[in-house]
Amino acid sequence: MHLSDFQLFVLITIIKIAVVLVITLTAVAYTVLLERKVIGRIQNRWGPSRVGPFGLLQPLADGIKLFLKEDLMPMSVERPLFVAAPVIALACALVSVAVVPFGATFKIQGVDIFQVSNVNIGLLVILGITSIGVYGIALSGWSSNNKYSLMGSLRASSQVISYELALGLSLVGVVLRAGSLNLRDIVNSQIGHGFLSWNFFGGLQFVGFFIYLMAAYAETNRAPFDLPEAESELVAGYHTEYSSMKFAMFFMAEYANMLTVSCVATLLFFGGASSPFEGWLPAFGPAWLQAILPIFWFVAKVFAFLFLYIWVRATLPRFRYDQLMSFGWKFLLPLAMANILATSLIMALRS
Amino acid sequence: MNELVDTIMHLALFLIFGGLAVLAALNLLLQRHPINSALSLVVVMMSLAVLYWSLGAEFLAAAQIIVYSGAVMVLFVFVIMLLNAGEEERTKGSKIASIAGFPGAAAIFCLLSFVFLSEGHKLGLSHLGGSLDEATSNISQISSLLFTDLLLPFEVTSILILVAILGAVVLAKKER
Repeated sequence: MHLSDFQLFVLITIIKIAVVLVITLTAVAYTVLLERKVIGRIQNRWGPSRVGPFGLLQPLADGIKLFLKEDLMPMSVERPLFVAAPVIALACALVSVAVVPFGATFKIQGVDIFQVSNVNIGLLVILGITSIGVYGIALSGWSSNNKYSLMGSLRASSQVISYELALGLSLVGVVLRAGSLNLRDIVNSQIGHGFLSWNFFGGLQFVGFFIYLMAAYAETNRAPFDLPEAESELVAGYHTEYSSMKFAMFFMAEYANMLTVSCVATLLFFGGASSPFEGWLPAFGPAWLQAILPIFWFVAKVFAFLFLYIWVRATLPRFRYDQLMSFGWKFLLPLAMANILATSLIMALRS
Repeated sequence: MNELVDTIMHLALFLIFGGLAVLAALNLLLQRHPINSALSLVVVMMSLAVLYWSLGAEFLAAAQIIVYSGAVMVLFVFVIMLLNAGEEERTKGSKIASIAGFPGAAAIFCLLSFVFLSEGHKLGLSHLGGSLDEATSNISQISSLLFTDLLLPFEVTSILILVAILGAVVLAKKER
């Protein structure tokens, strides 16, 4: 059977989407296990160790448990929105992976197979999808008809809206250096001298990176900014009334967001899929190894960020609400603006 | 062959999202609960963003999503949630509205379609699909326009917004 170019393109794209989706969901499940294991070891206990060797099948058991639980729906919820909220949250969390280039450019039949879609405003697409994700949280709290849920969702959405500014501005320095919003171009602007040409080291964007990191922790509602889920005050925050798969969707959305944030940090500040020694070591090995090796570096960097997430959660206590707001508006935002000014001044002086 | 497929795809996108925008706009009017209306407005704005994108204005599309659906409408939804606004009551409406409303709407529709059909060529044409690929980007064009020819309107608009923010702060400030 002979396929036309267009049919081939559609076929390869569908396969790409399926593979990326499956890998993302598996990574989400195993990030949960990693978190439980690492926090266990940090707190001097074992963590899950019963299901399978070293507890490796624990995510599977968790998934089965959540599927089989009774799906409770309280009487006085706003029904359509109550159902739609977790769907919006999970969909927005998963869609942003589509623009992430997770390997070097490698074409089969003219289709780049290590990136689902190469969009010329990839960075803005990620920011836009993140800002739509707020609706999932806001609607879940409101439609639950429960004061703890509402308080949790108000906290979550106001936190996300406040830190979105600092997050967006912290990335402007990188965009200035690359001169493009295309994620592939941003990665390509950081090659040449190994890890010295990454934006974090060679680009002098470490201030921007730390602003991004803190704002991203607040965006994903993770410790030390996990006030929306503060157990001691709000039961469980916006997903108090959710059970079974609907709860699992919020849970997966949180971890998928962590994954996206780690991917963006890798792409923008740590050279994406490029190796820390490229430009110094000659390329070696057969073609398939040269295609696979960048993916290895990308996964290693993303893993390091996920580990940092967990480490921070196990180390730092929770912020107070007024501290959270004044930190975001009075410290991170002015610092991000100063970073933009300094970066553009240096670039103007050098040119 | 490929150009034909491109045109068909863009036409399909236009029809789907244009239809979605119209349907969501109707839903906005017909829904009785304010939060449903607000969410329909979000759908309208997102479909408009897709239409902008399919005309090759990708930066405008992203700005539409981030600014309108992501920031402005979130505040709308926030206010509705906090006020705990209930369902609207259906009223018959005033008689003048039904007498003058329908002919007025029809007249405006006729006027607009007459203008667009007769003077359409003066507005210029935009190629459906625009320059939709990963290589071209219109951000540099937009920014050079904004900071050269349109610098004054741009700055005046930002000052206008600043004045509005100051006004809101003054209104919200408590008397001591």
